[in-house]
Amino acid sequence: MAIFINEESRVIVQGMTGAEGQKHTTRMLASGTNIVGGVNPRKAGTSVSFPQGDATVEIPVFGTVAEAMAATSADVSVIFVPPAFTKAAVFEAIDAGMPLTVIITEGVPVADTAEFYTHAAQQGVRLIGPNCPGIISPGKSNVGIIPADITTQGKIGLVSKSGTLTYQMMYELRDFGFSTAIGIGGDPIIGTTHIDALAAFEADPHTEAIVMIGEIGGDAEERAAAFIQENVTKPVVGYVAGFTAPEGKTMGHAGAIVSGSSGTAAAKQEALEAAGVRVGKTPSETAALMREILSASS
Amino acid sequence: MDLFEYQARDIFEKHGVPVLGGVVATTPEEARSGAEKLGGGTVVVKAQVKTGGRGKAGGVKLAHSPQEAESVARDILGMDIKGHTVHRVMIAQGASIAEEFYFSILLDRAHRSYLAMASVEGGVDIEQLAVERPDALAKVEVLPTEGINEAKAREIAAAAGFPEELTERVVDVFQRLWTVYREEDATLVEVNPLVLTSDGAVVALDGKVTLDENASFRHPDHEALADSEATDPLEAKAQENNLNYVKLDGQVGVIGNGAGLVMSTLDVVAYAGERHGGVKPANFLDIGGGASAAVMAAGLDVILGDPQVKSVFVNVFGGITACDEVANGIVKALEMLGDTATKPLVVRLDGNNVEQGRLILNQANHPLVTLAETMDGGADRAAELANV
Repeated sequence: MAIFINEESRVIVQGMTGAEGQKHTTRMLASGTNIVGGVNPRKAGTSVSFPQGDATVEIPVFGTVAEAMAATSADVSVIFVPPAFTKAAVFEAIDAGMPLTVIITEGVPVADTAEFYTHAAQQGVRLIGPNCPGIISPGKSNVGIIPADITTQGKIGLVSKSGTLTYQMMYELRDFGFSTAIGIGGDPIIGTTHIDALAAFEADPHTEAIVMIGEIGGDAEERAAAFIQENVTKPVVGYVAGFTAPEGKTMGHAGAIVSGSSGTAAAKQEALEAAGVRVGKTPSETAALMREILSASS
Repeated sequence: MDLFEYQARDIFEKHGVPVLGGVVATTPEEARSGAEKLGGGTVVVKAQVKTGGRGKAGGVKLAHSPQEAESVARDILGMDIKGHTVHRVMIAQGASIAEEFYFSILLDRAHRSYLAMASVEGGVDIEQLAVERPDALAKVEVLPTEGINEAKAREIAAAAGFPEELTERVVDVFQRLWTVYREEDATLVEVNPLVLTSDGAVVALDGKVTLDENASFRHPDHEALADSEATDPLEAKAQENNLNYVKLDGQVGVIGNGAGLVMSTLDVVAYAGERHGGVKPANFLDIGGGASAAVMAAGLDVILGDPQVKSVFVNVFGGITACDEVANGIVKALEMLGDTATKPLVVRLDGNNVEQGRLILNQANHPLVTLAETMDGGADRAAELANV
């Protein structure tokens, strides 16, 4: 088991014919993802060749998400289109009834995200991102840009705002392995939150423990802490990046800014610890805490 | 991007939000002619700084004539308000104020939606009001797909308890401020105070606007609103090279890939610094996914241009990026920089193609470069090298 995606996921790529889309479709295929189609209205009816092992595989291109779903029974879409076209692409996926859409695109205006998130919530479908590395259930499916070969299948669930910190943690704990690792993105509004992922990991019988990685800005970690206190019985280890970040400076992610007394790493750590989450000072210390927990339970 | 008050005023005016006359001035003489342009009567000279509490700091003063506006502006220009130097003042038309209100539209991250806040007790510190008398501050959700139409504006006015005779006027202003929020891709529009003048007009007297930089592709005019004086010269140089750089006060230059990993690296360097004379990270620099030689060279160039920097820690986790490409980037960057590169570099590579990456750096055997096995070890070594 895993959360949100597994070996049965059938994935289409919106923006597959672009440079980024082609590069990452190749990588997703190589890590075992079942890619069943691409979408580009100007190239409908054609196909794109991708290397798969020693052979090549032809992935058909459809004119719309709805056509792709009708022809392939796809249940996941991943979006690699530029920011100016992202809103239209996400609306198209939602309106076609796509159950899960993963938006990799960085630099989407927050007003666009607010609109497509509201629409998705009304339609009852899930979004992940934008500005995120995607989601991987190692050995089963990999949707987005997370490198598949740095870790293994296992029993840890990981949720993080940051891409490279996700990789760092997957790598540190590669001997234990992961059920699913999900990068939810660092934008002010995101489709899937820490809380959504924590709830899914709690319900997933194959996830034994959870690593939650946060960063400065907003109060998502504080809200996640309250959720853990009430709803999560599995052990959770936390890490928060940005203890040394000064007030008023945005650190890379649009959401990563300390404003006044709110959004600091210290406040987040305090909230998490109050909820019984052990928080590491550094990624390596966080990994060590997780090792302790898993070694004691096995 | 936060706007100055005078920029917010201009944007309000563009979208039909009622505002008073206002002219920006960078010299006392301009302040005088600004006051003349506004009719020569009583004006308010207001320091233009992106921080609160300027009134208490003496940055807002009344002037009864253009001559007085000039002398008041002379006092205010160049003032330091909470670390912000006053480079401009706004000469604002005086008004006779009957009542002060509050109104704002902002992102509600927790609910992934928008929030309108309104109060009939404006002109005060709104955060204080929210804590001390939360009932006096109405909070109404605004659906991103619907915005503030007339019905929503009436709902907000009623929730805040605006008197009936003012409803039509404030409902119109709320809708216009929503137009500002939507049309300009703002993430915050705040009016404090929104006033009722003694002649019965509802006017936005002071405004705060934050614009979404992700939306700049559809607002070519927003570029002109950027505040060049506030940008650190190293930050400006980094910006020219499309690097995500923030100058900090420290001795260990930091380069990494990915915002989260770089933030984490700053922390690990600061902890290591506690063992090495209290050295601190000198900057945040995220070179992003594709760390080409040119990007690496531009990044190193910016960091080495910081006279405070004593050592540099390059911390890269090869996810999409292959470590051999990063290693080649470092080697080429050092070649390109030649003699201008004089500070020791500690490099930690992990992930995709790490063996090849380390081999490349070992073979290049550059005298300034030290390889580190782990993030913690690299941070420690870089902090040690900076403690001289």
